Amino acid sequence: MSDPALVKDDKDGMTTGDAVAALRRRLLGPAALQKLLAFASLVLLMIYFSFASPAFMQTDNMINILQATAVNGVLAIASTFVIITAGIDLSVGTLMTFCAVMAGVFLTYWELPMWTGIVAAIATGALSGVVSGTVITKMKVPPFIATLGMMLVLKGLALVVSGSKPIYFTNTENFSMISQDSLLGAIVPDLPIPNAALILIVMAVFASIVLNRTALGRYTFAIGSNEEAVRLSGVNVDRWKIIIYGLGGAICGVAGLLIASRINSAQPALGQGYELDAIAAVVIGGTSLSGGTGTILGTIIGAFIMSVLTNGLRILSVAQEWQFVVTGIIIILAVYADMLRRKRA
Amino acid sequence: MFKKHLLSVALGALVIAGASTAVRAEDTYIPLVSKGFQHQFWQAVKLGAEQAAKAANVKITFEGPETEAMVDKQIDMLSAALAKKPQAIGFAALDSKAAIPLLKKAQAAKIPVIAFDSGVDSDIPLTTCTTDNLAAAGLAADKMAGLIGDAGEVAVVVHDQTSRTGIDRRDGFLKQMKDKHPNIKIVSVQYGGGDQLKSTEITKSILQANPNVKGIFGANEGSAIGVLNGVKEMKKKIVVIGYDSGKQQKAAILSGEMAGAITQNPIGIGSCTVDSAVKALKGEKLPKITDTGFYWYDKSNIGDAKIAAVLYD
Repeated sequence: MSDPALVKDDKDGMTTGDAVAALRRRLLGPAALQKLLAFASLVLLMIYFSFASPAFMQTDNMINILQATAVNGVLAIASTFVIITAGIDLSVGTLMTFCAVMAGVFLTYWELPMWTGIVAAIATGALSGVVSGTVITKMKVPPFIATLGMMLVLKGLALVVSGSKPIYFTNTENFSMISQDSLLGAIVPDLPIPNAALILIVMAVFASIVLNRTALGRYTFAIGSNEEAVRLSGVNVDRWKIIIYGLGGAICGVAGLLIASRINSAQPALGQGYELDAIAAVVIGGTSLSGGTGTILGTIIGAFIMSVLTNGLRILSVAQEWQFVVTGIIIILAVYADMLRRKRA
Repeated sequence: MFKKHLLSVALGALVIAGASTAVRAEDTYIPLVSKGFQHQFWQAVKLGAEQAAKAANVKITFEGPETEAMVDKQIDMLSAALAKKPQAIGFAALDSKAAIPLLKKAQAAKIPVIAFDSGVDSDIPLTTCTTDNLAAAGLAADKMAGLIGDAGEVAVVVHDQTSRTGIDRRDGFLKQMKDKHPNIKIVSVQYGGGDQLKSTEITKSILQANPNVKGIFGANEGSAIGVLNGVKEMKKKIVVIGYDSGKQQKAAILSGEMAGAITQNPIGIGSCTVDSAVKALKGEKLPKITDTGFYWYDKSNIGDAKIAAVLYD
């Protein structure tokens, strides 16, 4: 583990025991700076939209933004793991859809109890991720191609399984609560934060812990920095990679439940294109596509930047054609800022 | 910091550049959330809505998701539209059930909802401005029968089997053939997703498998263009009937490659939506469904003022 490529990783406990230096790196290091920059952009955006329209900074609209961020945020968390390993997962969008459709099959067709159906849908996601991981590691198909293939396979399977029709959750009365109700609002009426946003936060905390406090997280960074060095030091890289893709898949399963609950149906034709939004959130949040660095907090901020931007431009009634142009430019600028920072660091 | 500056200046400039349509609080504001915006059909609906808005002196905005699968994106758009506290709202639902919680919210806030193009499984919309697709496709069947001598094999290429328009146009065509033209046999009904290329391939395989087909009906713009291309590539001479308009279909009708097409009245759908909203705000009573009409057009009447007004490029 003395490979210099590993040492550049900014996470504590692995390469140095010096807590002070680690703390300094956490607070002032390049990753922290990127997060700060991303966070500053988010705040700036929100201030701008608040001044530009009185309708923006309203409780209702903040709830809209939270709802709109949840699905992309969870997909972006799944993508973060894979991207840190210097891989890519293009199947997250259609996997989300496939899991939503399977939730429909479990709950509406098979009439399983809600919690069993939820667990089974997440397991479906994990299984699919394991398949992707196996294709990548054992069949040596590059991640881009392997997950492109999986994207199409899952898109097709979602249509086949559902008979190309939406599945409505007619047997599970409480299903829409998962995303739409507010558990917090029931306790604190002034904070009607939808469950979807709470689930996003819970997933983010869980993912941060996995990424920063477990062996799985350490190997995720290590593989992304220098896969060969990790392999040479005797680690079973293939196995860890399969676990990482499997974890990503399980998280996509959560996204599938969120979106199905949000629209109260599993829409089989949905999903393609969502992987690009997720990847955009990840890179805006400072995770490098070349692997080895990245944070969950950054990804979440990235996802919020995307949804605040979309919502704000809508509130300002900016013509839709221009919304794409602005969003595209923001993505490029965000990554450009990251590049400048890297060059300087 | 330079980068932050760059980011904010660029964003500010862009937003201001794009925000020329920003809404002032004192205007009557009616956002229209559509099923799409890039297709020429939706652009024509938008045009109709803008014309009606200008006449009634109200502000509108018009937006819709990139594809007709993006139910959740449409829900986000509807949420944002409601957040702007509009006086009324126009909505073309992608899924007839998904938006009901939001529509209930609109109802609770006393915001009148006008549905357009396709309805919602709910009595919240005060009216639905739409085409009677069953009757329109029935007219296409009658025209097809007339053109092939009321006997022989016919095929249909539809955009999909899930959307209301896909189902109604297919069923309207098939039912009319069965009821009124018993000597005509439908040999194939295929789905091409409204994608021109896919519909082309489908048409070619239909013609390969059924060499005696005398006519094909393409049930929306993309399907119709696909049928036209497929027939051309197979070097066949059969009767092609399309749906909606667009530059290519219009050119094909003028050149005789396409016998004719059904056109809805997209401009009328747009203006009906805004007009109905304005009427609702004045407290007028509205019918449950407002039929915006449809026409058959071919080489002979494509230039008529009444037809030309509803065709789009």
